[in-house]
Amino acid sequence: MKERIVPVRSDLDIVTARVEGREMAKELGFGVIDQARIATAISELTRNIVQYAEEGRAIIRELDSGGRRGIEIICEDQGPGIPDVELALRDGYSTSKSLGMGMSGARRLMDEFEIVSELGVGTTVTIRKWLR
Amino acid sequence: MIEASRIPILKIGDFLVASIQVELYDKSAVMFKDNLLQRIYETKAKGLILDLTAVEVVDSFMGRIITEVGQMARLMGTRLVITGLQPAVAITLVELGLELHGVNTALNLEKGIAALNRLIAEGEGA
Repeated sequence: MKERIVPVRSDLDIVTARVEGREMAKELGFGVIDQARIATAISELTRNIVQYAEEGRAIIRELDSGGRRGIEIICEDQGPGIPDVELALRDGYSTSKSLGMGMSGARRLMDEFEIVSELGVGTTVTIRKWLR
Repeated sequence: MIEASRIPILKIGDFLVASIQVELYDKSAVMFKDNLLQRIYETKAKGLILDLTAVEVVDSFMGRIITEVGQMARLMGTRLVITGLQPAVAITLVELGLELHGVNTALNLEKGIAALNRLIAEGEGA
């Protein structure tokens, strides 16, 4: 099973993570539009890490579950955590100067989206897309 | 910041044309925006074409930069047209919820120049 771990500390790593994600998506057989969706979702989530937690990592890996194949990306940090996850997932909500479309947008671009966040402990966002 | 300075900003008549051919990270995208506005000021260009044919990912950060370039250029009396948006980029932008409001787009460079001429003519008529 393919797996790549990208440390995320700066805006340079955002590019590395999305390029790695796109490459793996391509290797797994995703079409160009899904490759763009996956790369864009990774870009949004890793930017959140740089912006709010300063440091974290992205784990990009192949999925093979009961004959279904796909890609999973786990973006995790030990940052401050998100006080209100529901609010953070709302379109246009942002505590920084961004457009606030990152988290909700990443959810729309992927098939599955899970978020676990605890104040003072960190945030883990898991996204998945399945091959059809 | 090598990436931003590697993007040539070409002057053709009254227009500037810049084509992004490299992966821009956040800081280089901001620097590129500043370079574009400086070139507009120096050349007094009436129009700017930003060609995204080679760009494979436009996320919310890059979307904001593009929208800002359009707004800032407009304040300086210059119109912006985006050209060459890939289908995958257009799809992800809409799904992301970023429709780049107020940004004019055209299919390719030729149509982009025609769109700029039209926008400028409309502006002068008004």
